[in-house]
Amino acid sequence: MISLEQLSKVYQSKGKTVIGVDDVSLDIKKGEIFGVVGYSGAGKSTLLRCMNILERPTEGKVMVDGIDLMTLNSRDLRKARQSIGMIFQGFHLAMAKTVLENVAFALKASGVNRQERKRRAQELLELVGLSDKADQYPAQLSGGQKQRVSIARALANDPKVLLCDEATSALDPNTTQSILNLLKRINRELGLTIVLITHEMEVVKEICDRCAVMEDGKIVEQGSTYEIFAAPENELTKRFIQTVIDFRIPEKILSERKGTIVHMTFKGDSANESIVSDLLQGYNVRANILHGKIDYIQDQALGTFVMELTGEQKVVHRAIQDLKEKLGEVEVLQDDRSADQSLARAE
Amino acid sequence: MIDQLINLWPELNKSFIETLIMVGIGLVVALIAGLPLGLLLFVTDRDLFLENRTVKSIVGVVVNLIRSVPFIILLVFLFPFTNFLIGTTTGPVAASVALSVAAIPFYARIVESSARDIDKGVIEAAIACGASPWLIIKDIIFPEIKPGLISGLTITAISLIGYSAMAGAIGGGGIGDLAIRYGYYRYDNFVMFTTVILLIVLVQIVQYTGDYIAKTVKKN
Repeated sequence: MISLEQLSKVYQSKGKTVIGVDDVSLDIKKGEIFGVVGYSGAGKSTLLRCMNILERPTEGKVMVDGIDLMTLNSRDLRKARQSIGMIFQGFHLAMAKTVLENVAFALKASGVNRQERKRRAQELLELVGLSDKADQYPAQLSGGQKQRVSIARALANDPKVLLCDEATSALDPNTTQSILNLLKRINRELGLTIVLITHEMEVVKEICDRCAVMEDGKIVEQGSTYEIFAAPENELTKRFIQTVIDFRIPEKILSERKGTIVHMTFKGDSANESIVSDLLQGYNVRANILHGKIDYIQDQALGTFVMELTGEQKVVHRAIQDLKEKLGEVEVLQDDRSADQSLARAE
Repeated sequence: MIDQLINLWPELNKSFIETLIMVGIGLVVALIAGLPLGLLLFVTDRDLFLENRTVKSIVGVVVNLIRSVPFIILLVFLFPFTNFLIGTTTGPVAASVALSVAAIPFYARIVESSARDIDKGVIEAAIACGASPWLIIKDIIFPEIKPGLISGLTITAISLIGYSAMAGAIGGGGIGDLAIRYGYYRYDNFVMFTTVILLIVLVQIVQYTGDYIAKTVKKN
């Protein structure tokens, strides 16, 4: 649906060259929710704004629904933008217009006649659950309601794509959840392709089918959200995932533990099987759970456990080998230290 | 004192109407020419949807040029032009030529600065909707700055009342003219005070009305 080819955006500011987006190629499929995460200044917002030429890329190609946006004249570009909805962190509603008029404006932009505008705008407000607020002004609405209005406006011309620029970053967790649910619903019901950028990994985990991580204008890692969460490769990706799935154990606790401490990740079905208990029984190893969590990402389970294994050294090693074969993701965080302790005592 | 007032009345009445004519014409011209000019200054600015450095600097320089000439000098400087346009350089209508010339750039700058206060994001969202520049000006920018446009018109009106006194001094008529003729040349303090009070009342009424209308059109 959206394909970016070797896209770059360079700014000239006060004689200095600032690279916003650095040679990014990306393919976003029809009907998926694609997330781009990164810290502020990573270039994700610029990347998103290149997708409807709110910022004109310095180099590269932007194809949306088979149209090369870079080659369009301003008239055709306006036409193309009508099928690319966009919502923003700051909502950006016209304060002097009522809710209904704000939505109707987008229809006016595409030349819909007055009666049809009103009818369609009311329909859209119903879709986002705000039909009772049609005649109010944005200043009278809460943040979540404002974002709903801006979603209605973005959907006015039956777009194929919806671009979300930090759409939930200004909202509280409850409201964020309800806006995400709404986005998910319109993605399913209308078959809309959604691209969202965010610095909240929680948002990605919640609704994105696939995601990309950006740093310094480049995409450092991309893949299905589940795979990214299950096996992140890049350091930055790992840090982002830690904001959602944090399995760090306090130093003090670690230093008090004498057994082998392992970190295990269970993917998909294996999260539901009793691999660990089978293993422990089979090997005569005692396990002490220090941390454990099962997350559901894209309706698939992802388990993360940190355990202290105690028992005879050799047996523990064999058990870990076996776990590695079955799970793939087993990391030894701290080796057995009971030997050190006894040595220390002997001295 | 009552006698004095009765004697002065016809003259006062005439002057007052002359002032209203001068200021009125100036305001209408400011609105007709200054408003589009101000919007032009705004939309051709950097990073805006009709960014155009050439237009912006030419219009900007012309506006500054007119605004940097002291009004009394502008009046005299424009005499040939006024004569060409109206056929005379005296009377309120002739004076309103210079007042209009001064009011256009004055109001244009006020329009520009109130447009700058609009959240740029709103304009950006309109662009993302695929709206044409004209639709954005007409349907987004204009309604957003309406209260500002009216306050700006109030400020312009009050400035014009002040300027009209100067125009009066060199043949334009109006309250200012009355004050100078009687108060300055004849040391008639009664006329002086009366005109000052009249001007104060006029300015108060303009300010109050302007504020009231601006408040009424503010919709959020």
